Amino acid sequence: MQHVSPVREPLVTGGKTYHDVTQDICRQVEAKPNIRWMAALSVALFFLGVFLYSVYRTLWYGIGEWGLNKTVGWAWDITNFVWWVGIGHAGTLISAVLLLFRQKWRSSINRAAEAMTIFAVICAAMFPVLHMGRPWLAYWVFPLQNTFGSLWVNFNSPLLWDVFAISTYFTVSLVFWYTGLVPDFATIRDRAKGPIAKVAYSLLSFGWKGSAKHWSRYETVSLILAGVSTPLVLSVHTIVSMDFATSVVPGWHTTIFPPYFVAGAIFSGFAMVLTLMLITRVVFKLEDYITLEHIALMNKIMMVTGSIVGVAYITEFFIAWYSQVEFEQYAFINRATGPYWWAYWSMMTCNVISPQLVWIRRIRYSIPATFVLSIIVNIGMWFERFVIIVTSLHRDYLPSSWVMFSPSIIDIGIYVGTLGLFFTLFLLFAKFFPVVNMAEVKTILKYTVDNGPTYTGNHGHHDQAHQPATHGVPASAPVNYDKHE
Amino acid sequence: MTSMSKRFALGIFDDEDVLLHAIENVREAGVKIYEVFTPFPIHGIDDALGIERSRLPIAAFFLGMTGLSFALWMQIYMLGFDWPMIIGGKPHIALPAFIPVAFELTVFFTCHGMVITFYTISSLYPRWKTPVLDVRSTDDKFVVAIEMNEKTDLNHLTQLLRANGASEVNEKEMTKF
Repeated sequence: MQHVSPVREPLVTGGKTYHDVTQDICRQVEAKPNIRWMAALSVALFFLGVFLYSVYRTLWYGIGEWGLNKTVGWAWDITNFVWWVGIGHAGTLISAVLLLFRQKWRSSINRAAEAMTIFAVICAAMFPVLHMGRPWLAYWVFPLQNTFGSLWVNFNSPLLWDVFAISTYFTVSLVFWYTGLVPDFATIRDRAKGPIAKVAYSLLSFGWKGSAKHWSRYETVSLILAGVSTPLVLSVHTIVSMDFATSVVPGWHTTIFPPYFVAGAIFSGFAMVLTLMLITRVVFKLEDYITLEHIALMNKIMMVTGSIVGVAYITEFFIAWYSQVEFEQYAFINRATGPYWWAYWSMMTCNVISPQLVWIRRIRYSIPATFVLSIIVNIGMWFERFVIIVTSLHRDYLPSSWVMFSPSIIDIGIYVGTLGLFFTLFLLFAKFFPVVNMAEVKTILKYTVDNGPTYTGNHGHHDQAHQPATHGVPASAPVNYDKHE
Repeated sequence: MTSMSKRFALGIFDDEDVLLHAIENVREAGVKIYEVFTPFPIHGIDDALGIERSRLPIAAFFLGMTGLSFALWMQIYMLGFDWPMIIGGKPHIALPAFIPVAFELTVFFTCHGMVITFYTISSLYPRWKTPVLDVRSTDDKFVVAIEMNEKTDLNHLTQLLRANGASEVNEKEMTKF
């Protein structure tokens, strides 16, 4: 039994019945693709083509196709890797951390956010794999029998920790997401008319029938997966940050990195969730499920994590001065005033100043303002990784090696291309999969009414069992059960 | 009626609170409920149906321990015994450096072991066709299935379910269910 405040805003608006939820979410899965979706998919496919061409150039001619040089050996590839992995974090935060904190509003956005996580991790994985130069030997990163060579992998290396962290993160997110999808696939299966859809969704639904016993286990599994995914999501970006923090490069060698990266990841992830949700709710007419309240709540999370990131930037600067290490100090002065000053100040403006606008209620509840802010934050977070990586490397200990980095057209092609890959996957997901977790949204319909859930367990009620069926009454309309007592 | 097929009386409910009361009353009347199908998880249904608490969390703990032990054994064996290497003058068995991989594999084993266990014990696997007792049970109806034999009095069951708020009572025969 959960107490629900009577003054709380409804989580789902529009007085939906259970059947309305099914209808609203299944509509776009069952309908023929509309023209806007086709247009969006064509654009995404074009950029996917750009990606494939750039990958072909990289593989055929080698890493020399990229703008890297002897001093700056890591640039856009790792920037994009960290950017994409970071974006993924919001999905797991919504699906796991908010589940543990019983934030019921997450129900209508968690499906799409988890899908975003999975697609973002796929995009992220492209960069380290391509940077290997010979991706067909990518399996060498796994601890294999040493007939492949005389050595095992080095378990002391953060790059190897990344292999374990990212592959665990990807597969765990995937099965967590899929397990949540199974009951919804069953709903689509039972509504399907065409023979192909019937078979396809029957296969996808794993024979789910919604029996009480299965639901009981399903809930246990969800809770345990949420429980293990919560430390997992924190560990992933911690380990990503250790790629830098365990090195001795000034600007990277910082103990603040793990929490700073995790906050930044959630910050950028929520920005991407907002971008996607604002489009999805309009295109699929989900305004009753993804309400202004959701947008405001996500804005608040963005503001909190953005502020953590801002404090981290300032702390870094302070510690550089406080350490009295000349090289550390130079790395930071160079960031802010050196040749990459524009990148540094873009980062500061986008990530530190812009999220503070969310304190203003009108901005927090404004769709256009939120949309613009979410894009700005994504740009800012890309610059953050670029600043950390490139400005720390481009002026190393030997001034004769000082260089600037400029990306090649192939670098740009791969980055823009992963956006194409991401949106292709997301659009296919949005068309063929239920974008909102129907089963879970149905459980929260009654939490939106003033009197909340009414079942009180085994006590009382037994002789007054003649409760009339509430047929035709919206499940989220206030139903006063007390009058039957 | 072949030996393969089963006959069910299906009580269809529109509201989960009504359903929960009905389940209790039907069970109290001495009728055995075969299964209840609902479109979403309902809190309190486990108690009403007498479903025991799942032992999956215990399995999760042991799966996690398996992952942790495996990860530690793997790293210690590979770098400590099978082919010790000097890396920056650090000890061969550098436990602090082994923690990230040990943690990740703990999560990996717990999660995948959990999901495999869940699908296996619930016999959920991809199939070409999924027969259901009532297609609305994945949409907006709550279905109480009661298995019938030759001696079952359908009229009595119908009355009982109706009296407890069922909006419909149907009869359905299923082969291989």
